[in-house]
Amino acid sequence: MRRAFVPPDNTPPAVRFEAVTRRFGDHVAVDALSLDIHEGEFFALLGPSGCGKTTLLRMLAGFETPDAGRIFLGGDDIGAVPPHRRPVNMMFQSYALFPHLTVAGNVAFGLKQERRPKAEIAERVAAMLKLVRLEGMERRKPHQLSGGQRQRVALARALAKHPRVLLLDEPLAALDKKLREETQFELMELQARLGTTFVIVTHDQEEAMTVAHRIGVMANGRLVQVGPPPEIYEEPRSRWVAAFVGDVNLIEGTVVAIDDGRIEIADAAGRRFVGFAQPGTIPAPGTRVAFAVRPEKFSVTTSAAALEPDALEPGTREPGTLEPGTLEPGTRAQSASEKRSRAVNRFTGHVADIGYLGDVSVYKVRLSDGTVFKAAVTNATRRAAPPIAWDDPVTLSFPPDAAVVLTE
Amino acid sequence: MCIPWHKREEVKVAKSPHAPRRSLGEHIVVALPYLWLIAFFLVPFVIVAKISLSQTAIAQPPYLPVLDLSQGFAGLVAFAKELSLASYALIASDDIYLLSYLKSLEVAGLSTLMLLALGIPLAYGMARAPKRLQPVLVMLVVLPFWTSFLIRIYAWVAILQQDGLLNRVLLALGVIDAPVVWLASDTAVHIGIVYSYLPFMVLPLYASFQKLDESFFEAAADLGCPRWRAFFTVTLPLVMPGIGAGALLCLIPIIGEFVIPDLLGSSETMMIGQTLWTEFFANRDWPVASAIAIVLLALLLGPIAAFERVQGPELGGRRR
Repeated sequence: MRRAFVPPDNTPPAVRFEAVTRRFGDHVAVDALSLDIHEGEFFALLGPSGCGKTTLLRMLAGFETPDAGRIFLGGDDIGAVPPHRRPVNMMFQSYALFPHLTVAGNVAFGLKQERRPKAEIAERVAAMLKLVRLEGMERRKPHQLSGGQRQRVALARALAKHPRVLLLDEPLAALDKKLREETQFELMELQARLGTTFVIVTHDQEEAMTVAHRIGVMANGRLVQVGPPPEIYEEPRSRWVAAFVGDVNLIEGTVVAIDDGRIEIADAAGRRFVGFAQPGTIPAPGTRVAFAVRPEKFSVTTSAAALEPDALEPGTREPGTLEPGTLEPGTRAQSASEKRSRAVNRFTGHVADIGYLGDVSVYKVRLSDGTVFKAAVTNATRRAAPPIAWDDPVTLSFPPDAAVVLTE
Repeated sequence: MCIPWHKREEVKVAKSPHAPRRSLGEHIVVALPYLWLIAFFLVPFVIVAKISLSQTAIAQPPYLPVLDLSQGFAGLVAFAKELSLASYALIASDDIYLLSYLKSLEVAGLSTLMLLALGIPLAYGMARAPKRLQPVLVMLVVLPFWTSFLIRIYAWVAILQQDGLLNRVLLALGVIDAPVVWLASDTAVHIGIVYSYLPFMVLPLYASFQKLDESFFEAAADLGCPRWRAFFTVTLPLVMPGIGAGALLCLIPIIGEFVIPDLLGSSETMMIGQTLWTEFFANRDWPVASAIAIVLLALLLGPIAAFERVQGPELGGRRR
């Protein structure tokens, strides 16, 4: 994860959207959206296709005009400024490199529009090509370059004019996975070095998480959550965000007991789950809520090994049900609470599917009533002993603080 | 951190070491166009070239020598001895031919410039019209082809004559006081040519304009280039192949144009097509007519080669 970003004080935001709306016929692409992007920030607009993120970016570039609301750049309303006068530059998804111009000609294009002296243009072009490590490619035409090289020419061209804000529209979508990942780090490094405000539009959550200081998650023309990547991932505000960003197990249930921040819910099969709600967002008993648990928060143990030392008398209740009254805060004796907390959020099931990804293995575990949980286990050792196989009985558990309590 | 950017990937050019073997059927398919060209282009060309080296005669056919294969090799030698460059010498010695060639070039050059001046804005406008309107506009451009070319030129005769539509409209509008003589002038020829060839100019231009990705203009605007300037810095360079194709597609046939100058032009200055026609039909001098055709072809080789250069990469995709 990247270093935390501290927005500068007392300066107007680099970009401010104020209740901006854009409609295409009956379709509302951007719906009364408000957002501040700080000076020097790397901001990612993340959302599925058709969520309005590209429209938002294009309004900032001036290619679309808002039907309502205002857009500010460094404190100035830029509503009436045509695209060619806006001090922002865009890197297009298709790169839109001019095929009749050389690499140097493409990078110089924007500078020539300002009628800068020739020597200055040449110097700036050389500096830009050095920045993206394309020295020696000046005379090539775009069709003589590889995809990755074209991507860098597009980046150099967009940066050549020192834009107040650099707009990146799915800039890495055309690259293959490995190159894309490397380029993400290059982009971050570049942004940190230049200090320019970057706004990137992407549908790739890993890309957004990697490069951005803050992510704005969009759905149906609205921002559903804005925050730094760890916040988006670990504290999603709604079921939709939890499911869109990363993998998640959503456990739907009704609140049956509340003790301070500690929430206990029962799902349709009567299983009890325990989690902690954020102060101030504690749902009332009887409310329908969801526990969002990321697959990697589960621990998976083969049942034989797990059940031995602290099994709670099998036969008296189903494994996985919670004994009421466990985990009362304050009253826990160290060893007893250890024992009890292990008994919380614990279920047995059978392995229905295994996805071996190399670094992690994903297990789909089916419980007796058919509910399937997805658990991800890091393959920290080369050979897991004993290995977990299809149809093996296993025990799943997650600590109460791993669950995010969601009402939306 | 990792491998530097510039070393990471090379432009890969796929080249297969073995050309795929062709089956008999494929050989026939490949040979067919060649056979067509040999039968309907090369053979007639050789015949015309041969006639251009002959002499006129009051005979059937009206030239000598005629190859007589019944005499065997001796006949072939006798035939070869009879061939001469007399017709070419005549074309070189008399200005009337040179003037005709120059007239053709002048008319064709001027008309092509006018066609460009009209065709570029027209094609650009069509390409930027609303998408659902474009097929209609293309239809309108092609529509004149539904009437015979000859009838349309005769219609221009009617429009341009002394009491024709054009003069009556101009008189009614008060633009002119007395009828203007339009017919039998270069103006009339240019009007006729521009009118007839406009579709051949507009369609390739429209195709090139329409192919342009909107993101090029957005990129230009984004980099500080207003739309009108982008027309010159981005649009025109990108449609240059289309402009070249359209210009040559008009220039080449206009040089050899016969019907339009014959019906609309004056009989004092003749384009090369008319001179050729006169030699062939009025003078029955087939060898000189053939020599004119061969020289015309030689003159057109330049523009045709240029056309190939422009059009080749267009048809075969971008050369890499």
